[in-house]
Amino acid sequence: MTTQKVLMCGNEVLAEAAVRAGCRCYFGYPITPQNEISAYMSKRMPEIGGVFIQAESELAAINMVFGASAVGVRAMTSSSSPGVSLKQEGISYIAGAELPAVIVNVMRGGPGLGNIGPAQSDYFQAVKGGGHGDYHQIVLAPYSAQEVSDITFLSFDLADQYRMPVMILTDGVIGQMMEPAVIEKKEVRNLLPKDWALTGCRGRKPNVVKSLYLGDKVLERHNLKLQERYRQVAAHEVRYDAYHLDDAELIVVAYGICARLCKSAMNDLRAKGMRIGMIRPVTLWPFPSRIISQVAGTGKSFLTVEMSFGQMVEDVRLAVNGKSGVHFYGRGGGEMLTREEVLKEMERLYAQLRGGKNV
Amino acid sequence: MKKIFGRTPSLTDAPTHYCGGCGHGIVHRVLCEVIDELGLRESTVGIAPVGCAVLGYDYWNFDVSEAAHGRTPAVATGMKRARPDLTVFSYQGDGDLAAIGTAEIIHAANRGERITVIFVNNTVYGMTGGQMAPTTLVGQKTLTSPHGRKFEEFGEPIRVVELLSQFRGTAYAARTSVHNPVEVIKTKKAIKKAFQAQVDGIGFSIVEILSQCPTYWGMTPVQSVEYVRDELVKYFPLGTFKDETGAKASAV
Ligand SMILES: Cc1ncc(C[n+]2csc(CCOP(=O)(O)OP(=O)(O)O)c2C)c(N)n1
Ligand code: SF4
Repeated sequence: MTTQKVLMCGNEVLAEAAVRAGCRCYFGYPITPQNEISAYMSKRMPEIGGVFIQAESELAAINMVFGASAVGVRAMTSSSSPGVSLKQEGISYIAGAELPAVIVNVMRGGPGLGNIGPAQSDYFQAVKGGGHGDYHQIVLAPYSAQEVSDITFLSFDLADQYRMPVMILTDGVIGQMMEPAVIEKKEVRNLLPKDWALTGCRGRKPNVVKSLYLGDKVLERHNLKLQERYRQVAAHEVRYDAYHLDDAELIVVAYGICARLCKSAMNDLRAKGMRIGMIRPVTLWPFPSRIISQVAGTGKSFLTVEMSFGQMVEDVRLAVNGKSGVHFYGRGGGEMLTREEVLKEMERLYAQLRGGKNV
Repeated sequence: MKKIFGRTPSLTDAPTHYCGGCGHGIVHRVLCEVIDELGLRESTVGIAPVGCAVLGYDYWNFDVSEAAHGRTPAVATGMKRARPDLTVFSYQGDGDLAAIGTAEIIHAANRGERITVIFVNNTVYGMTGGQMAPTTLVGQKTLTSPHGRKFEEFGEPIRVVELLSQFRGTAYAARTSVHNPVEVIKTKKAIKKAFQAQVDGIGFSIVEILSQCPTYWGMTPVQSVEYVRDELVKYFPLGTFKDETGAKASAV
C-alpha cells in the first residue's frame, strides 16, 4: 500500500499522511472547506488505536493538541480561517511552552464569516504571528496533493525537531481537488527523544511544561532562547522552487494554488519566447528572502500573485529592498483566480516592462 | 521518637506564596497526600491553572503543565486520551472553570473524560485583584461589585457540581470545604474518591472545594473561615451530588 499511488482529495491525503507520519491524536471542529480531514480521521484513528475527538470548539481542539503534545504524543488539529482565528491563543501558548504541534488551515474567504471560497488571505495571520507574543510558527504551503503528503510528513518532524508549532497552509482548492499522490515518507531526520514530556516522573525529576516566566529578565532569556531557535530554522529550513531565474526578466512569486496557475501560464508564455521565471515559496515562514534578494536588481522585475489583496507581496518587497520593481496581482473574497487572467496579467506586465526603458 | 506527621512526598518544601489564611495551601496538602496514599505520584500529571495556583509546580513534586485560562479541561482531555495510563488532574479556580472555561468543563464532563478536577471556589478572582466571579454570592462586595452582586445585573452564582452531576459521563461530584479540620478530612476523602474513579476508569470526577480568600474578602483568616461556615455553605451546600464509584466498581 505504502508506495502505491492513491487518488484522493488533498484533505484526505493530508489526513492519511498525518496518520502515517505518526500522528496519534486528532482534534477538530466542523468547518468548510476542511471537513474531509475530520471525517477521515474519525474513521481512521480508531483503526490504528489513535484518538479522534470532535471538540466543543476550536479553542478546545487546539488545547487538546497542547495536552497530547505535552505528554509526548504527535497531535494535529485542522480548521479553516474563522476557526484558525480561535486557535491563535492556543498556538501562542504552544509556542511559549515549546511544544510540537501541527495545525492545518484550509483557508477560505474572510474577514468575518466571509464565505467558503478558496483564499490566501490568512497569510499575515499565519506568518506574522497571529497570537500574542514574539513567536514564530513554521508555515508550509503545498501546491499539489503530492506535496500535501510530503509536507505533512515533514511538518511532524519539524515540529518535534524544533519543538514549535508548524502550520500547513492550504486552501479550498488544494484541499478538495482529487489528484494522484504517493503517501510515503521521503526524508529522514534524527530526532531527539522527548525527555521533556510529561510522562510521569518515575526515575527522574518532575518535568514542567509552562510559558509563565516570572522574575527579573527571566522571560527575556526564554525569548532569546526561542529567537535563537528561530534563527536556526531560518538558516536550515527555507524551501522554495525556482524556475528560469537565470534569464528571467519578470519573476513571478506565488505559493499554493496560485503557484500552480502561474507556473502553467509561465510555461505557455515562455513557449512564446517571453523570459518569465518564477519563485514558489514552499516555506512561507521562514520566507525565501535570500534567493529573492540575490536575483533582484537591474533588468529584473517581480510580480506577486495571491488570492488576497496583497499580503505576501510585503515580504517580497522587503526581500527586494528597492532593487527591482515589485508588482502585485490578486483577487480576494473567496474568488478563484483563473489561469487565463494570470496569463494575461503576466503578458501585459511583460510587454509594459519591455516597452519601458528601465525594468 | 516516632514521627506521626510529616510532609508527604508529592509536596515540595518550597515556601508558600499564598496569603496567610488562604485555602489553596490546605487543598494542595490533602491533594498531595491522596496522590501518595494511592501510589500515583510517578504516574500523575497535574495542570496548574491561570489563577493564584499557577505556580502549583513549585509545590507539586510530580509532572505539571500550565494551561491557558479556562482551557484546563481541554488540555487534560488531550493528555488523558493520548496517554490513558497517566493520572491526570486539573486544578481550577472559579473564574477559570465557571467563567472563561465553562464550555471546556461542561464538555469534558459530558464526554465522561477520565480526569479529576479539583475546583477551588473562593467566589472571587484572586490573582487579578478580587473581581466578581460567577460564584460570587448575591450581595457580596468585590472589586467589580462594589455595592454587592445584584441578581438583576449578573444573575445568581453558578452551582457547578449540581450542574455537572446531571451528565451521565460524570462519575463523581462532591462539594466540600476547608474551613475547619473536620471539613478538611472530608475534603481529603472526596478527593480520594475522585481519583479512585479515574483509576477505575469510571468517568469524570470533580470535587468543588469552598476555599477562603481573606485578602480579597477583606477579612482576617478567622473571619474568612466563619464566612464560609455561615454564608457560603448556605448557598453552596456541602455533600456528594453523584457517586457511581461503588456501583460501577462492584459491577466490574
Ligand atoms: C485570557 C485571559 N484573560 C484574563 C487573564 C487574567 N487572569 C489571570 S488569573 C484570572 C482569574 C483567576 O481567578 P480564579 O480562576 O477564580 O482563581 P484564583 O486566582 O481566585 O485562585 C484572570 C482573569 C488571563 N491570564 N488570560
Ligand atoms: S489572593 Fe486569595 S486566593 Fe490568592 S493567594 Fe491570596 S488569599 Fe489565596
